[in-house]
Amino acid sequence: MKRFATFLRKEFAHVLRDRKTLLILFGMPVVQILIFGFALTNEVSNARIAIVDQSNDNATRRIIERLSASRYFDITETITDPHQMTSVFRSGNAKLVIVFPVQFEQRLAHDNTAEVQVLADASDPNVATTLTNYVNAVLLDYQQELSSPNAPAFSIKTEMRMLYNPQLKGVHNFVPGVMALVLMLVCVMMTAVSIVREKEMGTMEVLLVSPFQPLLVMISKAVPYLILSIINVISILLLSVYVLHLPVNGSLALLMAESILFIITCLTIGIFISVKTSSQQVAMLISLMGMMLPTILFSGFMFPIENMPIPLQIISNIVPAKWYYIIVKSVMIKGLGFSDIWKETLILAGLTLFMMALSLKNFKIRLA
Amino acid sequence: MRTIRFLLQKEFRQIFRNRVILAMIVVMPTVQLLILPLAADYEVRNVNLAVVDRDRSPYSQKLLSDITSSGYFRLVSYDDSYDESYKRIESDEADLVLEVPDHFERDLVSGDAGKLFVAVNAINGTKANLGGAYLNVIIQRFNRDIQVDLLQTGNVPSIPSIVLTSSNWFNVHLNYRIFMVPGILSILVTMIGGFLSALNIVKEKEIGTIEQINVTPIRKHHFILGKLIPFWVLGNIVFSIGMLISWLAYGIVPAGNLLLLYSFIGVYLLCVLGLGLLVSTFCDTQQQAMFIMFFFMMIFILMSGLFTSTDGMPDWAKALTRANPVYYLVDVMRMVVLKGSRFADIAGHMITVAAFAVVLNSLAVFNYRKAN
Amino acid sequence: MKKGSSGGDINMMPATTTVIEAHELTKKFGDFIATNAITLNVYRGEIFGFLGANGAGKTTAMRMLCGLSVPTSGSATIAGFDVYRQREQIKKHIGYMSQKFSLYDDLTVLENIQFFGGIYGLSNEQIKSKSSDLIKRLGLEKEAKSLVATLPLGWKQKLAFSVAVLHDPRVVFLDEPTGGVDPVTRRQFWEMIYAAADSGVTVFVTTHYMDEAEYCNRISIMVDGKIEALDEPSRLKQKYNAKSMEEVFYVLARGARRSD
Repeated sequence: MKRFATFLRKEFAHVLRDRKTLLILFGMPVVQILIFGFALTNEVSNARIAIVDQSNDNATRRIIERLSASRYFDITETITDPHQMTSVFRSGNAKLVIVFPVQFEQRLAHDNTAEVQVLADASDPNVATTLTNYVNAVLLDYQQELSSPNAPAFSIKTEMRMLYNPQLKGVHNFVPGVMALVLMLVCVMMTAVSIVREKEMGTMEVLLVSPFQPLLVMISKAVPYLILSIINVISILLLSVYVLHLPVNGSLALLMAESILFIITCLTIGIFISVKTSSQQVAMLISLMGMMLPTILFSGFMFPIENMPIPLQIISNIVPAKWYYIIVKSVMIKGLGFSDIWKETLILAGLTLFMMALSLKNFKIRLA
Repeated sequence: MRTIRFLLQKEFRQIFRNRVILAMIVVMPTVQLLILPLAADYEVRNVNLAVVDRDRSPYSQKLLSDITSSGYFRLVSYDDSYDESYKRIESDEADLVLEVPDHFERDLVSGDAGKLFVAVNAINGTKANLGGAYLNVIIQRFNRDIQVDLLQTGNVPSIPSIVLTSSNWFNVHLNYRIFMVPGILSILVTMIGGFLSALNIVKEKEIGTIEQINVTPIRKHHFILGKLIPFWVLGNIVFSIGMLISWLAYGIVPAGNLLLLYSFIGVYLLCVLGLGLLVSTFCDTQQQAMFIMFFFMMIFILMSGLFTSTDGMPDWAKALTRANPVYYLVDVMRMVVLKGSRFADIAGHMITVAAFAVVLNSLAVFNYRKAN
Repeated sequence: MKKGSSGGDINMMPATTTVIEAHELTKKFGDFIATNAITLNVYRGEIFGFLGANGAGKTTAMRMLCGLSVPTSGSATIAGFDVYRQREQIKKHIGYMSQKFSLYDDLTVLENIQFFGGIYGLSNEQIKSKSSDLIKRLGLEKEAKSLVATLPLGWKQKLAFSVAVLHDPRVVFLDEPTGGVDPVTRRQFWEMIYAAADSGVTVFVTTHYMDEAEYCNRISIMVDGKIEALDEPSRLKQKYNAKSMEEVFYVLARGARRSD
């Protein structure tokens, strides 16, 4: 045990000496949380729109007033020449052009019906659809006012509640995602690269021929990263609670336990990569392409898994980060207990055991 | 100039002997452009709806059939209580719950307002946004139909209606992939250019060949140019491969001028490579360079507007995106490729990126020390 | 290549021209004094051995003389050029071979020669004739087109030396050039050094092999950043009453506090 402590001290010294890398390791989650928490939002608001008002009567003015009062729209331009529309879209000055035809109010009064044309820059389909819907809502609202100036006869009131995430902030999706990503980065990439570096420099051989059990050598390499990762988890949680005001709704102990399980999964993968590769660049490439990319792709925090083609959906099941992401989301945001996530936990544990067995097997082959 | 020729010859020989780099510039764009757009599909279809219909009246039935026939929603359950439906949200089975309370029809017909409750799982913001908006429009339309119905039977003059006709430009079929592909290609060019250039000088530091260069009378800006030009050429190759794949796999042909696109990429690459070279002059090991570059890339990509529009950002964040070169590329790619924007439309972006390029490369030359 | 602009033609100079002149040259890293006020003169065509235990400050001193490192204080000129203000001029007139093997592993023998020749401004004809000479002299005809990575270490070292003197420098700095090389190759290596010195190139070499020290015209021994002794090998042996250079070195280096 004493010798193990000596090894551990050496490994810690290595990790702590590279200040630039350490700064990034601890800085990365902080910056990410701040960006996700305060900068990114899925809500479509303040969209720039342009108006072509060929009628310029009471009705159109009322509608334009309503549009500009809405926080969804910023009316940036009023176009008189319809031919300008293309250039407005091309210069990116408007996402939507709303066209009122001539004699709008008159038609509405006499024919009981009038047309409003909405042209959307649909290069981003979601923004286009959402904005069109918003315009529609404004028009329906105005119509409601026209039809029943005195009493809201036969009207339906819809009460809409946004559960969990009333401001539609990205945070709720992203905090669990950032946790998965950062742990993956620290554990897989750092562990793999640092072990392979020792292999490249030849110092690994020296350690392996020492009278010390080779397996313990590997474990002592992993322990500092385990500690770093736990610190990272704690700092992410502190930030999300005190800076983002996103409380941990479920059990903190459960969340920590699940996180440690995931950290161990990642460390095992890191060790596996380091056993299999012999150059830093290859180890980096495999960690980046083989682990980071699938984590970003398939964990479900940036890309909706249900929209993917079936083969990709199946692949997503073997990505450990996916399960961890579901677990964190359930415990932290929905406040669910272990009984609701035992299945995911079991899968994660199974993946870990499988990776462990695989690295052990390869490790033994390497040594024999 | 002769020195640069020798430097270029050397770099190109090394690059074409390095399998890892070759794999990176050929395989990576292919694989990523084929898989990422499949994955990065935010198109919202099949919003899962759980319904609690406590009224079970003809009106509530009509509302439900309006909703299901709209094509946006998939009815996943028909529950007896809100709690039951809420459980479905917890387990991610449902995205939305619509509750029609008791006496909905009676209240509506009697002239009191009929009430509906909608609960949205807002963890997935995009889906919540769109799903909620769709549902709202359908309900309002349903309401109008009912009013027309009820009022006409009462022989009241019919009420005015505003018809909204909408048309979608530049992406008629609202295909999300068409939107994502140019953005993903931007990220690809950025990542490959940034990482390759960042790792290159550091690698020479690690293996010690930089010493041998430093004792020669080579000029600093010659050395940096000798590193810059090969990666600039590689970046253009990656971009061309990417454009080819976008055309073959997704049928995307730039609506704008191809030459304009290449000139912007040319300026942009100088900027990204300058950043990579600057980072590599600061680092001692490839591991460090890699992590620092990773850090920057992460922030740049998140703040580029690739996944979430920059319009909704608070002002300070919007200001930050203006200091992010990736933001300009993503924007220009979408403008020129999808909307056919012209030079005048992107001139401002081009000048800004050119200014970044000058600053970053000057810093790289300045910070590269032949002696310490 | 044009001959040194301020120094004039090498062959016109008398044999006692001072090529390296250092006066109280010092380099500090924070509190640590790596090289402490060293003073030495090295003359044209001389083979100067620069000895010292590990960590004595040899490499730091050498890097200052090559213009790779800026001195903290003191003065030095190389081929008449100042180490503070004219580092880029110095670099035109010196060759350098570092401890780490420093040719490009992923270029062929010919490509390496071509590259460094080009960087030093040799003309295409010069590069052509010099590289065929060099390859013939080293007996690398068959390997000329194979990657340097595939050569055995000894050959690499000889190649590195030849590349370092490709542009006919006034001084060539060699940092432990024969580390890890077999005795036969070391012998051949020293023959190359002698040939270079005979043609007027000054050789400044660090080494750990005491038999190699005996081959030098003069040597200095550094201990803890200072030069403790500087003379011809035979006179040093006399002075310290020692039978071999090994003994001299041992007597001087025994008191060292720094080592790694």
